[in-house]
Amino acid sequence: MFPRPIETWKPSTRTLYIVSVFVVLIGWLLPLIIISLASFMTADQLNAGGRGFSMPSPFSVDGWRIAFQNDDFRGSFINSFFIVLPVVAISVGLATMAGFALSKYRFRGQLIIFAIFIGGNFVPFQILMVPVLRLTQDLGIYDTKWALIFFHGAFQTGFCVFFMRNFIAQLPTELLEAARVEGASEWKIFTRIVLPLVKPAIAALSVLIFTFVWNDFFWSLVLTPASPDGMLAPAGLSNIIRGRYYNAWNVMAAGSLLVALPPVIMFFLLQKQFIAGLTLGANKG
Amino acid sequence: MGNVNRFAPWLFLFPALVYFFLLVIYPIFGSFWISLHDWNGTTFQCSDGRSLLELEEDESCRRVPVMTWVGLENYERFFEKTPRDFERVKNYWVGIFTGEPVRWPRISVESKVLLNNIKWLVLFPAAIPIGLAFALFLNQSPAWVRITKSMFFFPFVLSPAVIAFVFQYFYDPAGPLKEIYSALGWSSGLIGDQNKATYGIIAAGWYPQIAYCMIIYLAGLTAIEPEQIEAARLDGAKGWKLLKRVILPQLWPATFIALVVTMIGALRSFDLVQVMTGGGPGRGSTDVLARYMYHKTIFDQDYGYGAAIAVILFAIMLVFIAVFIQQMIRRDEEA
Repeated sequence: MFPRPIETWKPSTRTLYIVSVFVVLIGWLLPLIIISLASFMTADQLNAGGRGFSMPSPFSVDGWRIAFQNDDFRGSFINSFFIVLPVVAISVGLATMAGFALSKYRFRGQLIIFAIFIGGNFVPFQILMVPVLRLTQDLGIYDTKWALIFFHGAFQTGFCVFFMRNFIAQLPTELLEAARVEGASEWKIFTRIVLPLVKPAIAALSVLIFTFVWNDFFWSLVLTPASPDGMLAPAGLSNIIRGRYYNAWNVMAAGSLLVALPPVIMFFLLQKQFIAGLTLGANKG
Repeated sequence: MGNVNRFAPWLFLFPALVYFFLLVIYPIFGSFWISLHDWNGTTFQCSDGRSLLELEEDESCRRVPVMTWVGLENYERFFEKTPRDFERVKNYWVGIFTGEPVRWPRISVESKVLLNNIKWLVLFPAAIPIGLAFALFLNQSPAWVRITKSMFFFPFVLSPAVIAFVFQYFYDPAGPLKEIYSALGWSSGLIGDQNKATYGIIAAGWYPQIAYCMIIYLAGLTAIEPEQIEAARLDGAKGWKLLKRVILPQLWPATFIALVVTMIGALRSFDLVQVMTGGGPGRGSTDVLARYMYHKTIFDQDYGYGAAIAVILFAIMLVFIAVFIQQMIRRDEEA
């Protein structure tokens, strides 16, 4: 292990380490601590110079109440779930099939197709912007949540294929061969053998995609600029909360924390899957 | 194995491939096509060539944009002032080094945008060594350290728009940094000042990026075989030397991923700039290609020009994308 385990350190050094970890942690979380404090202050306190390290006095939940009682913002917040969940289902589902095809068969063009999925993942959104916008207009789904589902489903498929292909490639091929010898159809092999084995990957991927899509801001601005029940929560925060409570930092602070909450809760509940997903491919090679 | 096997992979691949091509690959070419035109984004005609006004009241048709072919004009427009501005900036730096009194020159918005992108590309990767330092600091096994690791990591899951708000508040001239600002004489705060704002935004961008690099490195550190470290220790290597000679080379896959993701992240910086400064203060002082493109297209309705900016951004990004794909495929062939 590097550095040496603290269990082997001198007691005094160990104490110093424990203290320094806490000091650094407080410093690291400072911006978030400060915004949390601000969310419990009154607008009066904030405007009278209370921004900064002071404690809320009086303690107030006005910011949270106002943010959550705003119909449009709450609409965008709840709407986010109805965008994110279908996107997760679409992209993970399609990618599991594609990942299977790309890892357990040999055919011409395989590598190029895989490379396209990887590359497509990294393209700047801006180069997709106008054609995607036009496409949603032609389909009549512009400025509705369907536009976001439609786009994100495809875009996230790229990352999911990359992930799934690498995961499925590690599964033993003998298992599939044995099933084939026994006369199982390819579809049966996929549903009966591959799917149960990729469950951990599906879990990891779902958590990641949930977070990625929940946090999207750009595509809400482009595809659903004027519809609170079409956009995602970060855009609701920026367009609605900031637009209406420009001078109320407590409302903006509470709104920011509300938007942050679902991915944070998700992360703390499913930490292992999240980190497994994120670090796949980072430590082999 | 008969015909089933020949077609099976294509059947599994088909839905993802068609969908991905329609929304991710085809639009790249679409944007490139638009970038060769002048278009205001609102003029359309019917696909059969009739004007929309000729339609009967209850008739509809497939609308296609009416664009004017301009060739490479949009690109020329973007780079028109680059040589002039390059001279000016060069003279500024020459002046600095020879001790002449100089002032930062006036340069075009396009040059500012390019310069800001360069600042991002140079400064944003500082998140990598900082993330590595955090990883080394926290690479311990007691349960309380594990909880601490998640506390360090979780800013990564926050939306960039949220990070932008948090730091906007943090940077506010009347906010928590008030005393520091007044000591330094920075009356308009970090992101209220044209010359400093970009650095403030990049620092906000570090926040989730450091967390990401940390977690990548922690995974890398766990994957190193303990025997190797022990062997090096027996040879007398420790501290810096051990880190440099043994640990860092072993961490290369992690460094590579962190580097590619960070570089692409630097070029993608849209949310932070849009929320924190909207490209300002002043004209384009914090603007970057990603945001300038959006602004030119949606607000100035200069679709052709916006598309050209997107293509330029894509071309820069392609370098990193190509390196990544090449590495991925090579690693795959070795495995």
